[in-house]
Parts: sequence; structure tokens; C-alpha cells
Amino acid sequence: MIDFVVHDEGDSVGVVVVEGVKAGEELTGWVMDQDVEIQFKATSDIPIGHKLAIKQMKEGDTVIKYSTDIGKVVADIGIGEHAHVHNIKTKRW
Amino acid sequence: MSQDLSTATFSGYRRENGRVGVRNHVIILPVDDLSNAACEAVANNISGTMALPHSYGRLQFGEDLELHFRTLIGTGSNPNVAAVVVIGIENGWTQKIVDGIAATGKPVTGFGIEQHGDHETIMEASKVAKEYVQWASELTREDAPVSELWVSTKCGESDTTSGCGSNPTVGNAFDKLYPHGATLLFGETSEITGGEHLVAERCRNDEVRERFMFMFNRYQDMIERFKTSDLSDSQPTKGNIEGGLTTIEEKALGNIQKIGKECLVDGVLDKAEAPTGPGLWFMDSSSAAAEMVTLAAAAGYVVHFFPTGQGNIIGNPILPVIKLCANPRTVRTMSEHVDVDVSGLLRKEMTPGEAGDKLLESMFRTANGRLTSAEALGHREFVLTRLYESA
Repeated sequence: MIDFVVHDEGDSVGVVVVEGVKAGEELTGWVMDQDVEIQFKATSDIPIGHKLAIKQMKEGDTVIKYSTDIGKVVADIGIGEHAHVHNIKTKRW
Repeated sequence: MSQDLSTATFSGYRRENGRVGVRNHVIILPVDDLSNAACEAVANNISGTMALPHSYGRLQFGEDLELHFRTLIGTGSNPNVAAVVVIGIENGWTQKIVDGIAATGKPVTGFGIEQHGDHETIMEASKVAKEYVQWASELTREDAPVSELWVSTKCGESDTTSGCGSNPTVGNAFDKLYPHGATLLFGETSEITGGEHLVAERCRNDEVRERFMFMFNRYQDMIERFKTSDLSDSQPTKGNIEGGLTTIEEKALGNIQKIGKECLVDGVLDKAEAPTGPGLWFMDSSSAAAEMVTLAAAAGYVVHFFPTGQGNIIGNPILPVIKLCANPRTVRTMSEHVDVDVSGLLRKEMTPGEAGDKLLESMFRTANGRLTSAEALGHREFVLTRLYESA
């Protein structure tokens, strides 16, 4: 059972692909490019399609997904935490 | 099961100019907003015809007017259209559009409303529309190879599942179609922001790359000129954010999965401009679904791949839109809009290759005549792109 997917092992976030993830749940992730499975505990409730941090990130850090820069951290994010517009912003525009 | 695309055929309508369409529409095309009522009346009178109402066409000028003409002429010229009745408020611009469509060799007649009024125009146009639809109803399909198929793509109401499921499925299908000489299209200029270097790397040569970066930078300049914020209420959309996409960069990197891993960008088009040969083309275009799909239809594309995450419901009057989705919640809650369910990808129950084959199977069935969900549901969004105010 896959709970979240990660594009590449270097990415800092994964995508929850099941509904109803609650804080405290142990989740199984699939790293697609390397085809390996990883385990993380969710520390927030995370809706389907939303991101889970799989690396510790500090304010000012760059968030990596698809092995590429997708924006900057604007509030510290712990491993297993919901990563979205409340803690990540675009570097463009 | 994987199909041998080198020998595969689809069954379509060969038009006077040699292009092959997959639909056989007779359309009643307004030149301007004022002529919508007459066009809709003709379409009501004559079964099997379709009016394409829209909001513009008065006092436009310069590049914006050229785009208006290019879009309407391109729509009428699309091989999914058998014949066209054009109605405008006056004869001058009406004739310009008639002449543009007539260059394809297909039947087209124009009517100007001034000095005739709606009643007489509707009566005369209905007589011609009846002749056209009866003539078109006797046209038959013939087999054609993949090299005669033009396929466009644009995604909408994307979420994070688009980038890991439905968009890579389109990419897989494009990588399979490309070596067999299909004519492919992607666009959505603002929605490449953050991944423009990746598209630039995929351009066939420096000339194409420079043209792509020119179009990309032109769009960025427009956004910089008019923006009042970081666009976080518009791009990503509220639906994208609800679906988990956080930044334009993240959305863009998911978006460009649609061009696969192997095919090269062979050329760059301005809005509604037709490609001049096979391969993968980039069209400078809005990322708003109906605008971009309307431009793709005007460029001559006959089948469209539309991946969605949160459930965009768009269709087009003349271009069949095949919707694919990898989000299991959307597939469950909006199944009537989804033609191809690829949610198995995210459960490792399906490989990207299998998902691509499933999309191609749907493409052949659609090309051969099966109605898409958007067609069956009556989605006919025909939306013209405007560049600036009217004079």
C-alpha cells in the first residue's frame, strides 16, 4: 500500500496519494525514479495530493521536487509535516 | 496491450486540402458578438449543425485583430469541420473570414446582416446550412496512418497527482507517437515558469531555443507589467492550491511532464498559428483551459489530451477533448468527466508505459468516432484569446 510518492530521492517533499491521512500515522512512500520504498510518520493531518516533508527544512531553504527548485521555505518545516502555502512560497513574480 | 504504431491506422474524413479530420461538423460561425443570435437561430433550424457563439470581433485592431481572424479562420479550416456558414454584422470582415476558410477548398458561405436584418439572414443562411449538412452526411471515413494525426495537449485544474500520474501518461504517449510522424502540440507559456530551462534544453536547435525563450520572456514581461501580487491567487489557481500545488515552479515542473522524456521541441508557434510539419510544437498561449484548447483547434489539431487532477470539465465545439486523471478522489467523485483513469499509477498497479498505451487506445477510439465524455456532456467552450482592449 502506497500512501505517498516521491519523484526522486533527492527531493525534500513527497505527495500524499491516499485520502484521510492523520497526524501520527506511519506512512509508506514510493520513490519513483529509484523505485524504492521509504517510511515516515505524518506529524500533521494531510489531505490527498498535499505534500509531506521528508527532509528537515529551515526558513530560507530551497524546496526540491522533481530534483528541481520549486520555491523557498518561509517557515521552518519538520519531517512528516504538511508542506504547503503556509510554509512555502514561489521565488518568481 | 501495446499497439504497433508504425502500422496502426485511424478512420477519418479526408478533406479537400489533404488533411484528415476525426469529426464531421457543419459549423455556423459568427464573425462578431452581434451575430451570435442569427448563428444560434440557424443552428436551431437545421439539425446536425452547430453555432459557435463568442464575445468579440468589434473594433479590434493590430495584432489582436490578426489573432481574431487567425482563430476564426483556423477554426473553420480545421479538418474536423466539413463545411462552414459565416455570419457577421457587415460584409467586409465576414468575407475576409470566408476567403481564409475557402483556401482549404471546403464549402463555405458568408452572410452580412446589415441591410438584411436577422430574419432574412437566418432564412438565407439556413438554406445553405441545410445543403451543407446533407452533403456532409454522405461523406465517409477512410483509414489514415498515425503520421496524419495531429494531437494537442494542455492540462487543467492540476494538482500534485497530475505531475506524477496523468501528465507523465501524456508524455509517454507523446514519446510513442513522435517517432511515427504525428504532429504534436503543447503550450501554456506562463505555466512553464520554473521549468523553462528544461524546455529550452529539449529544443531541437539554437534557433528553436531562441524563439522559445523569446515567447517565454514576452509572456513574463506581460505578467510583470500587469501583476498586482505574486499571482498566488491566479497561477497556481485556487483549485490547484486546494489540490496541493504550492508554487508556480511546482506546477510548471508537473506540467512539462506532458512532453515526455524523448521527443524534441521542433518548432515554436504564435497563438493559433498552424505548424508546418510533423514533430512536437510549442505554442505561445494562455494557460486558461478553454483559451488554449480553442487556439489548438484553430491551429488544426484534431484530438486533444487533457490531464486533470481536481477535475476540470472543459470541452471544445470541434476538438474532441480526452480527459485523463490520476487522482482517485476525482475519479470517484467526477467519473462522468473522466475518459481514462490512470489512478493505478499512484498505487504501483500500472506502469507509465501501460498508462500511455491506455491513453493511446482511447485516442484511436475517439479518432474513430467514439464521443468523449466532454462531447457527450455537451461541453463546447469556445473562448477567444484577447491581447488588449478594443479601439
